[in-house]
Amino acid sequence: MAHAEVHDHNTPLEYQSETGRLNILGFWIFLGAEIALFSTLFATYLVLMFRTADGPTPHELFELKGVLIETFLLLTSSFTCGIAIHEMRRRNRKGLFTWMIITLALGAGFLGYEIYEFVTYVHEGAALGTSAFWSGFFVIVGTHGLHVTMGIAWITLILIQVARRGLTPQTSAKVFISSLYWHFLDVVWIFIFTAVYLTGMVLHNG
Amino acid sequence: MKWDEFFVTGDPLIYGADVSIGLTVIGILFYLTYFKKWQWLWTEWLTTVDHKKLGIMYIASAVLMLFRGGVDALLMRVQLATPDSKFLDSQHYNEIFTTHGTIMIIFMAMPFLIGLINVVIPLQIGARDVAFPYLNAVSFWTFFIGAMLFNVSFVIGGSPSAGWTSYMPLAGNELSPGPGQNYYLLGLQIAGIGTLLTGINFLVTILKMRAPGMTLFRMPVFTWSALITMIIIVFAFPILTVALALMTFDRLFGAHFFTLQGAGMDMLWANLFWLWGHPEVYIVVLPAFGMFSEIISTFSRKTIFGYKAMIWAMIIIAGYSFMVWVHHFFTMGSGELVNSVFSITTMIIGIPTGIKIFNWLFTMYKGKISFTTPMLWSLGFIVNFVIGGVTGVMLAMAAADYQYHNTYFLVAHFHYVLIAGTVFACFAGLIFWFPKMFGYKLNERIGKWVFWVFNIGFNVCFIPQFILGLDGMPRRVYTYSAASGWGNLNMLSTVGGFLMGVAFLILVYNFYFSFRYSERENTGDSWGLGRTLEWSTTSAVPPHYNFAITPTVKSFDPLIQMKRDNVDLKPKIKDIKKIHMPDNSGVPFFMSAFFFIAGFGLVFEWFWMGIVGLIGVFITLIIRSFDPNEGYYVSEEEIKETERLTV
Repeated sequence: MAHAEVHDHNTPLEYQSETGRLNILGFWIFLGAEIALFSTLFATYLVLMFRTADGPTPHELFELKGVLIETFLLLTSSFTCGIAIHEMRRRNRKGLFTWMIITLALGAGFLGYEIYEFVTYVHEGAALGTSAFWSGFFVIVGTHGLHVTMGIAWITLILIQVARRGLTPQTSAKVFISSLYWHFLDVVWIFIFTAVYLTGMVLHNG
Repeated sequence: MKWDEFFVTGDPLIYGADVSIGLTVIGILFYLTYFKKWQWLWTEWLTTVDHKKLGIMYIASAVLMLFRGGVDALLMRVQLATPDSKFLDSQHYNEIFTTHGTIMIIFMAMPFLIGLINVVIPLQIGARDVAFPYLNAVSFWTFFIGAMLFNVSFVIGGSPSAGWTSYMPLAGNELSPGPGQNYYLLGLQIAGIGTLLTGINFLVTILKMRAPGMTLFRMPVFTWSALITMIIIVFAFPILTVALALMTFDRLFGAHFFTLQGAGMDMLWANLFWLWGHPEVYIVVLPAFGMFSEIISTFSRKTIFGYKAMIWAMIIIAGYSFMVWVHHFFTMGSGELVNSVFSITTMIIGIPTGIKIFNWLFTMYKGKISFTTPMLWSLGFIVNFVIGGVTGVMLAMAAADYQYHNTYFLVAHFHYVLIAGTVFACFAGLIFWFPKMFGYKLNERIGKWVFWVFNIGFNVCFIPQFILGLDGMPRRVYTYSAASGWGNLNMLSTVGGFLMGVAFLILVYNFYFSFRYSERENTGDSWGLGRTLEWSTTSAVPPHYNFAITPTVKSFDPLIQMKRDNVDLKPKIKDIKKIHMPDNSGVPFFMSAFFFIAGFGLVFEWFWMGIVGLIGVFITLIIRSFDPNEGYYVSEEEIKETERLTV
């Protein structure tokens, strides 16, 4: 709520307003809560890992190829998102838009592969209600996928605001916060790739 | 679903409730229309983002829920007063103890404390409002609508009946069919969103909005307790969110997280629930500790004894609160090693808590004590809470717990902790800061009656339950045989319960009496003993911008320092500058309405309605995001007029 803003030339745009600074700190704390949320999901998944009942095992269904493509798409999108923020700090609106749209396209590609993967599993007889293991799988991977979907919608709406209002301390703080969110989803995916897919393909009961 | 299944039918108690709810609603609508109060209600309350008004709304809702939860408690006590009673049937009794527990913890204790935190903390740190005033309104409205959704179950669809812990498989579709358990899941989920947002909001507020000079170790103890509580909220509530979501998947979409079929694991629910549930106990007790610290220090006219020890004790308690959850189910097959570890961590928590008790006692030592009602509640807290704490250490011993588990001994223990800790603090804090909210004190004479009747009633109610528990009476039974010999003590316990009910009625009368007859305050320091910044405002009720000029803090207990230095608290005209404040917004209200629609749809598995509600929620989010919400400036003239400054 303070207004007399004092900042030197080097302060990034998104940190120049009090609201921007507060929002960014608040969002970091929100990401802390998100870590608690995903930790709970990981704990649940790992506890239920071998509880496949009569359904298929992950060993039988997981395929590395699709998962690797998903991983590649999402990791690259995190990189392009970083470039977008770099362009924003150079006050280059066009660069920001270009790289953010590439980021969103890669995110959409990731989602496409994930949906395809889910549909394949369901056809192969593994759905949410098949066994405790598959409940855990669909909910943890699905929660991440839902986050990506929300991220795409959210960033799109923010880009519309930047297009309308230009790069101000307010809009740039929003872009910056959404980029934090995007990187966070990338980090979570690395854990999913390890704890869900690699572990599921290597470890199996009996 | 047929209409007679939709509405709860067949019980005269419920019909009575239907009629009274209907009459109350008609009465409120009539009042608002007849006295042309709609506009006032909308602009002053429903759209407000002012932390003080939101705090008052939190507290008002919590008092309402205290009434609801209290009626539940009295119905249980009537049923248990005599052996083989036919007053309630077993299903009805199960529903009542479930809603009693859930409402008292989630919809009474937490909002009451969050309400007081809302009113007091920004004032205590010398801030104009919280970091995110709009988000604060969203927090309130999601809590409120979650509570309403949960309460609707009482007349529409039927209440949950699997206990507030909702253990699986009891809470699953097979053993708890129908919408009741879904109300629990969705009501708590929606309210939980609000709590998490409060956690983030106050964390940023306390870290970033403190007045100049107020370093972390110059913060009042209550502010510290709020800070630590918010950290617990941020890390504990996501666990509840996930646990509730997983059970919702089990019940609505056929998943197998906690079910017996499909290799699900019922104990996983118990673990997740208490991984949130135990920190939750500290979420409702740490702010209470903070308030007692303020009150005891104020009315002993002494600075708090062992300030740093108090803070570190709370930090240690917060850390350990995440490491004791298994003690809630020692008897459920964890094994001796695990039980031993959790037994020890549980007992360790007693040490920092003991430090706090001694610090309160030493604060009073050689103090000039005023026995005001807030002070009486604080003294009552120390005595009664120690009983709760000592029995807690008894329960912490895993081997001994096999004897106490699921008996009335446990019931008595946690009521001694939660009532003597949290409820006493809510009353003490409400009375202490009442003049800050409304500009007059609650009548002290009537207040003392409330204290004594409640305290005697409380002990008469729960001491017999310790004995009943040791005698083997299990909790959550709807009746017992005359041969058990438990009749007399149960009757005594019921008498105590009704004494607490009487005390509540006297308290409500005190609200009315004080509104009519209490002397209006004309200084900001109503008790004349204030030590912290909230008492440094010039008017009794702070204006919406709180401080005309942001105070500067030079020491702990800043107002005491200012009094010593004879600082003139009245702002100087030359220092007045325009103040930036956030705009009111109706969006949080509508967002919560859509949450209600979504929640209600999911409760009845009408998925179209759930989707409509969620789309509505997203639309409100988008509207807010696109609103530039730049706020407005309070002009210098307006400030001068409010502060009654003349040239």
